[in-house]
Amino acid sequence: MSGPAHGAGALREHTHRGALAASDTVASALERADEVNAGRDGLNIFVSLDEKHLRRHAEACSGFMAHAEPAPLLGVPVAIKDNIASLHHPTTCGSRILAGYRSPYEATVVRRLRAAGAIPFGKTNMDEFAMGSSTEHSAYGPTRNPVAPDRVPGGSSGGSAAAVAAGIVPVALGSETGGSVRQPAAFCGIVGVKPTYGRVSRFGLVAFASSLDQVGVFGATVDDAARTLGVIAGRDPLDSTSADLPVPDYHRATDGAIRGLVIGRPKEYFPESLDPRVRQRCDAALEKLRELGAEIRDVSLPHTELAIPVYYIVAPAEASSNLARFDGVRYGLRMEGDGLRGMYEATRSRGFGPEVTRRIMIGTYVLSAGYYDAYYRKAQQVRTLITGDFARVFASGVDVLFTPTTPTTAFPIGAISDPYEMYLSDIFTATANLAGVPAMSQPIGRVDGLPVGGQFIAPHFGEESMFTFAYALERALGDEARS
Amino acid sequence: MAVTIHDVRHVAALARLGLTDERAASLVQEMNTILAHMDALSAVDTTGVDAVAGVGAGGLPVRADKGPPLPLTRSLDAFAPSVRDGFILVPRLSTHDTAEES
Amino acid sequence: MTAPAIDALMRDWEMVVGLEVHVQLKTRTKAFCACSTEYGAPPNTNVCPVCLALPGALPTLNAHAVELATRAALALGCTVHANSVFARKNYFYPDLPKGYQISQFDQPLATDGRVEIGRREDGSPINVGVTRVHMEEDAGKSVHDRYAGATAIDLNRAGVPLIEIVSEPDMRSAREAGAYLRVLKQILEYMAVSDVSMEEGSLRVDANVSARRRGQTRLGTKTEVKNMNSFSGVERALEMEFIRQVGVLEQGGRIDQQTMLWDGAAGQVRPSRTKEGSHDYRYFPEPDLPPLLLEQGWIDRTLHELPELPAARRARFASEYALGDYDIDVLTADPVIADYYESVTRAHGDSKAAANWVMGEVLAQLRAGDGDLATFRVRPHDLAELLNLVRDGVVSHTAAKQIFARMVATGDPPAQIAEREGLVKVDDDAQLSRWLDEVVAEMPTEAERFRNGERKLQGVLIGAVMKKSKGRADPRRLNQLLAERLGR
Repeated sequence: MSGPAHGAGALREHTHRGALAASDTVASALERADEVNAGRDGLNIFVSLDEKHLRRHAEACSGFMAHAEPAPLLGVPVAIKDNIASLHHPTTCGSRILAGYRSPYEATVVRRLRAAGAIPFGKTNMDEFAMGSSTEHSAYGPTRNPVAPDRVPGGSSGGSAAAVAAGIVPVALGSETGGSVRQPAAFCGIVGVKPTYGRVSRFGLVAFASSLDQVGVFGATVDDAARTLGVIAGRDPLDSTSADLPVPDYHRATDGAIRGLVIGRPKEYFPESLDPRVRQRCDAALEKLRELGAEIRDVSLPHTELAIPVYYIVAPAEASSNLARFDGVRYGLRMEGDGLRGMYEATRSRGFGPEVTRRIMIGTYVLSAGYYDAYYRKAQQVRTLITGDFARVFASGVDVLFTPTTPTTAFPIGAISDPYEMYLSDIFTATANLAGVPAMSQPIGRVDGLPVGGQFIAPHFGEESMFTFAYALERALGDEARS
Repeated sequence: MAVTIHDVRHVAALARLGLTDERAASLVQEMNTILAHMDALSAVDTTGVDAVAGVGAGGLPVRADKGPPLPLTRSLDAFAPSVRDGFILVPRLSTHDTAEES
Repeated sequence: MTAPAIDALMRDWEMVVGLEVHVQLKTRTKAFCACSTEYGAPPNTNVCPVCLALPGALPTLNAHAVELATRAALALGCTVHANSVFARKNYFYPDLPKGYQISQFDQPLATDGRVEIGRREDGSPINVGVTRVHMEEDAGKSVHDRYAGATAIDLNRAGVPLIEIVSEPDMRSAREAGAYLRVLKQILEYMAVSDVSMEEGSLRVDANVSARRRGQTRLGTKTEVKNMNSFSGVERALEMEFIRQVGVLEQGGRIDQQTMLWDGAAGQVRPSRTKEGSHDYRYFPEPDLPPLLLEQGWIDRTLHELPELPAARRARFASEYALGDYDIDVLTADPVIADYYESVTRAHGDSKAAANWVMGEVLAQLRAGDGDLATFRVRPHDLAELLNLVRDGVVSHTAAKQIFARMVATGDPPAQIAEREGLVKVDDDAQLSRWLDEVVAEMPTEAERFRNGERKLQGVLIGAVMKKSKGRADPRRLNQLLAERLGR
């Protein structure tokens, strides 16, 4: 499977010079989407993709773009995960409770994309309300992995990952709470970035777990992701948790060198149980980095194995509160019931799928009287310890960490039915969400034809450094990343 | 701390989730299994450890006391299920004395 | 039960009262979004994605709400904490769009305040402790009787900033509760943080009341009493609930912890139909709002720059203006009136004269009109000017009243009115004598009787001249002329 004809950088150049018209770019993206998406064996990437609207929009932009200033993402189609509010297409969050809901306001990240000349390209499928690791928990059917259609693309941002992996668009937006961008990126063989918590505005990202959520970026290459992050990052006065820090030109990190820098190899991410072939790909990647002059150092993040219990208390707790607004009163699905109480219950039982229901139940339980201290408060304390692990390691002279992104490659659709087993897919990713540090996945090889992802984790607001390593590794691996 | 069917019913009521008896019964099992994994946390020594209070140490930014508010591109009746004379309608509360319907 | 009967009960039983008061802060925009807080807009027009709780919307805190909340807390003698945390209070109600209210729980804005509500016979102050003051947002409005079978929701009010003021259970009677509320309201008015009107809903009261035998130190089980619309309603509701509780306890029964609703029309409390105990709010720190960090220097400055508190103002009126208690109470009841009075006094100089005029003419006119000093046409410097004219003998006191009435109607300055309407005092002997002669000619009997010693007819004769002169005659000179003319 080849990537799109042009990466984001090239698209922008060509569009600016007038060599490429936005309407042509959109037309070929639509053609590609049609090829892979439709039919019984279709990948089911999009919840909504309004062809007519996109063609019209691209036409309207074309004239403007040929003469426009070289806006950073000029003429680049960007698929948007369906939990990010956009003005034209509905925002369903993969749920029945928001079927057909058209947001009357636009997420900050989408506004910034458009201001940068990008073309929002449809809304992609996802696990309902971002709760899942396989995109099998959508009310709109599962999405298939473009690399191996009988397998999951990962989740919850599976649709966005697939859109890039299938060569429809070079860039897509997803969201991260426990690994929902990095894990699908690893499963689909593309680049996926989770920024530092607070780096990117959450205004317009439908909240799952507010203290963990971040908009993430998928790219066919590191450069695609770096350029896009540069556009959407930065303080937003509408998001009180967004950081007031300048945004560097992340794509300039391609010029950086890693000689003399220190890469930590945390032993907890290379357990005995790790698939030896995944381990081998990671160590091969580390070897390439060593050849470039980086020092590889063994380190320990001792509280790593507590990440899943902590995550699966904190995230559902916050989610149970964030999803209370879906009550049939002001928008979305409303079902009749016996009086007001009946309306609430009928709406929410019909509107939410089983995984969402399960998490709301857990979340409500761990916050309820008598359990708050033992569960929620305790989990937030252990979370401090997990954050401390990273702080300590980075303070000791380590510049970045390198780990496998996931313990396995993409599993078959329907293979995992035990919820807790599914939660374990996040074992290497959830720590970064809990600590708020930036992390990204990039392809480092294949096992039985299935992509393997390698993960960099950097200190808070250390995306520039992280990209430096990522660019270097990508260059060093070349085609080996896909073999 | 095992979860009972009574707990499930109570929690479902708090969360306004209408559960069938079947679903409620299976949730007892599901929740117990999941929560069992969380018991690992009780063994962790967290004396003197603060609970996480946000990544940004900068404190809470405040905004000036003026508009305009963020506009809606479509009016309320375009997306609200039931609007009349500008009001949003819901089924009449059975007990409407105080806030927090029972 | 009558008042004496309550007194009888209170010989053996003690009433313990704590009050939770919610106050709407007078900001232009809401607590967590930039929607207008202006009252009276058509339903659901002051709304936006944030206060509608649309998917993806996030709160941003209003700086002025923080200022006003801090000012209020400091005025109540609280310690304002440099670090406070917002929390979610989770429950379902159709006028609570997010399904949770952003409030404060573990770490509120302020704690440990105190309000003096009166004095005991021995002069010692009666204090009520303020446990805490915290910030939160208001819910929308639910209207139950407008449409059959439905409840109508208006979210204009959703998100308006509130402070909740929680008192210690220090009040021991309905009267003390009323006194606390009146003092609280006045302090908050002086601080200009709220309209504090129970009628308009910018001040709401929930009461907690319990009963115990006199001498018992342990607190009885309390009930919550809600739905009062006035301070007197609060007092009556407390008494009725106290009576009910004592009734139960005297029978050997137990008080159930529950919510009671005041039915003002019937004059009784009745249990709320809402189930108690199902309210598990599952408080946790609000992840969308980092902790609020206030600089100690800013807190100190705010304390230092607090508008003058009512107690301080009363004391100053006593010392600076040499006014008695009654006058002080009247003039300081409303800070806007007090300001007005001070401006007049400063411009005119005679604090007593100013007091008489403000308490008399000004307040009377306000009561007759719409009561709004802001739109009152007589500005302080104009009234001062009028008082100057009286003091300097340019117009008589009677004429001044007429001039004042014209000022209220037109807003014109007094000297101009006096000229225009010929109300300038006449102390020209020739003119005065002419009028006097006319009156003597018109009232020969009274004149004769006065000449013969009936001094009390002086008023009648002078009054007649005043009337003839349309109030312009200078009474002092007139009296002298009268004495010369008809004296012995």
